Amino acid sequence: MSERTEKRTQVADVDRSLYDFTYSEEGYERYDDGLTPDIVRAISEKKDEPEWMLAMRLAALDTYHAKEMAPNWGPSIAGLDMDHISTYVSPRTKQAKSWDDVPDDIKNTFERLGIPEAERESLAGVGAQYDSEIVYHNMREDVAKDGVVYTTIEDALHDPQWEPVVHEYFGTLIPPADHKFAALHYAVWSGGSFVYVPTGVKVEYPLQSYFRLNAEGAGQFEHTLIIVEEGADLHFIEGCSAPKYYEANLHAGAVELFVKDHARLRYSTIENWSKNMYNLNTKRARVGADAQMEWVSGSFGSHVSYLYPTTILQGDRSNCEFSGITFAGATQDLDTGCKVILNGADTTATVDTKSISKDGGCNTFRSSVIVGRRAANARCSVSCQSLMLDDISRSDTIPAMDVRNATASVGHEATIGRISDDTILYLMSRGCSEPEARTMVVGGFANPVSKELPLEYAVEMNNLIKLEMEGAIG
Amino acid sequence: MHDTLLRVSGINAGTEDKPILHDIDLAVGAGETHVLMGPNGAGKSTLGRVIMGDPAYQVNSGTIEFGGEDITDEAADKRSLAGIFLSYQAPVEVPGVPLYSYLRTITQKRPELKMTARKFRARVGEIADQLDMSGSFLTRELNVGFSGGEKKKIEMLQLLLLRPKLAILDETDSGLDVDALSVVSRGIEAYRADCGGALLVITHNTRILERLSVDRTHVMVQGRLVAEGPASLIDDIDAHGFEQFERANASGGDRA
Ligand SMILES: Nc1ncnc2c1ncn2[C@@H]1O[C@H](COP(=O)(O)OP(=O)(O)O)[C@@H](O)[C@H]1O
Ligand SMILES: [Mg+2]
Repeated sequence: MSERTEKRTQVADVDRSLYDFTYSEEGYERYDDGLTPDIVRAISEKKDEPEWMLAMRLAALDTYHAKEMAPNWGPSIAGLDMDHISTYVSPRTKQAKSWDDVPDDIKNTFERLGIPEAERESLAGVGAQYDSEIVYHNMREDVAKDGVVYTTIEDALHDPQWEPVVHEYFGTLIPPADHKFAALHYAVWSGGSFVYVPTGVKVEYPLQSYFRLNAEGAGQFEHTLIIVEEGADLHFIEGCSAPKYYEANLHAGAVELFVKDHARLRYSTIENWSKNMYNLNTKRARVGADAQMEWVSGSFGSHVSYLYPTTILQGDRSNCEFSGITFAGATQDLDTGCKVILNGADTTATVDTKSISKDGGCNTFRSSVIVGRRAANARCSVSCQSLMLDDISRSDTIPAMDVRNATASVGHEATIGRISDDTILYLMSRGCSEPEARTMVVGGFANPVSKELPLEYAVEMNNLIKLEMEGAIG
Repeated sequence: MHDTLLRVSGINAGTEDKPILHDIDLAVGAGETHVLMGPNGAGKSTLGRVIMGDPAYQVNSGTIEFGGEDITDEAADKRSLAGIFLSYQAPVEVPGVPLYSYLRTITQKRPELKMTARKFRARVGEIADQLDMSGSFLTRELNVGFSGGEKKKIEMLQLLLLRPKLAILDETDSGLDVDALSVVSRGIEAYRADCGGALLVITHNTRILERLSVDRTHVMVQGRLVAEGPASLIDDIDAHGFEQFERANASGGDRA
């Protein structure tokens, strides 16, 4: 197959090799499996961190060991043996500012994923993480001139101007004691992004971080910390993928988003994990007065996912819009959803999610809406549409609401649908084969979410849907 | 008579528990215009769908040949690509699928319609103009939120784009206002003129037939074709209705 047809944005030629390729980790630095204070110290020392960070890591490790392994709800994670997960794998390369300085195998990986091309065409900045470390980071000069900072947390910690900022925010929105895997995250976090958008600055093009987990039996624990100051505006895109392995891989990232008064943040995600992945990710946003938080989320792949991005509408008149889609195929048990906490008066939230279940895949949509006492006239509507492609798949909806202000209104709507025979006949009688007809209907179902994404990511999402419909993704 | 394009021979068909069509014989020559009339519930739509290959109906005996090939067991997409088109009485809505990209997809399925993206755009624009459709239709989702008349126009748009050898129009004219009716008539004329394709028009309404030169008229009653004749049969039905055929059918009478 030629280089051209391997591009991820190429839709006509759908092929699993798009995502499913690996490079040897020979010569990489890989820490022993399992979790000990020594490993945590080694990671911290390698990063030459401030004392407070090491202390935080060690405390988190204690919390991790103190907490129960599995929650008493949700999909089983019994297949995840932490004694056989390496928490730190480094490709032994320095972070580069030019793709030419990135080692060939890693550069090829990101080229096949279309990252450098997207950077040239439509992004203001890119960060690329390979296993545990960021290998490439760059931002357009005009954006930097406006005072926008886009770097790794590690680099921010080494910068006297930004170290206090990281210290002030890091781990405050998602505390290490939040749940067992949050504690794990804080003990061994590595890589990720630090973004700071100064007051009033509107970043015209999106920034994107891409996380690629290449190593077998390893974990990825990146931390994303974004601060959008008053009246500022940012679109951040997060992409993730990993090749297929037999051993379990673990993703336990944390995303902390601070959206100040009158600011706007759009956070778009396309995750495409391989089906040996346990995706136990935590994402949370705190939103100031008159500010806006928008989530667009496409979750593909993984064996098990626990994923509920949370929005805290703290300021009055703040707003959250969440649109997400998950696709569960054979062997997948995806527990996803979203949580909205409306604390400010006149806050509004719209949650619109879709799930597709196929070949025995299992989707559970969990939503939680909490309206605080102060939240007069808060409005929240949650809608969940499920599409079942056969009788052996499962789809459940579990809404929870806790409304403590009598003037608030919260609505919930859930539908489960199937593709009608008449629709398939209609499309077939115009020349589409049956699988094409099904893919077209599923693509249409996903369209309200994919059209929220920038064009090339929408194309990628359609591509992923095609792959899933063919059952081609490992 | 032209070469036979469609030959339906001895078809008995129905749903799993209900026979609907009985001993259907029907032949349509290339480029001919046939009309199928009959009271409500006679089985006209079912015949259209059986010819198209709707798996909701089982063919218990008989054969369907198209262009000399036996297509009785072919799936609907194969029949479509072979040149059969069915315009539905009630076209389904397909949410989230943009009309324009859908049209591009179904056109690209046909090697004989290979054209550049630019040429395609021009062709679609031309047909849309012919059918008095505003360009904004094309950015909307397939049949979603369109009125009955607009949906029929979208069916005509596909007909003119796909240039089938045989078009079965299932009550494409019913429920249309005068303007939409004249647009649909124009579309049918354009299909006859530009594509030279054959037509099987299922209708209650003789108006749409006024501007067509009809080769044969068939009458269906209770799942049987009970009469077949020239265009003048339509005038007869117009004047006397279906009663004569219904009576004949009930008494097991011969075909007219
Ligand atoms: N899918 C179906 N399931 C059950 N009965 C059907 C089905 N399709 C058609 N019928 C029945 O077959 C008969 C013929 O219907 P139809 O072909 O729609 O008639 P027409 O188009 O002539 O009005 C009717 O009695 C109708 O109820
Ligand atoms: Mg009918």
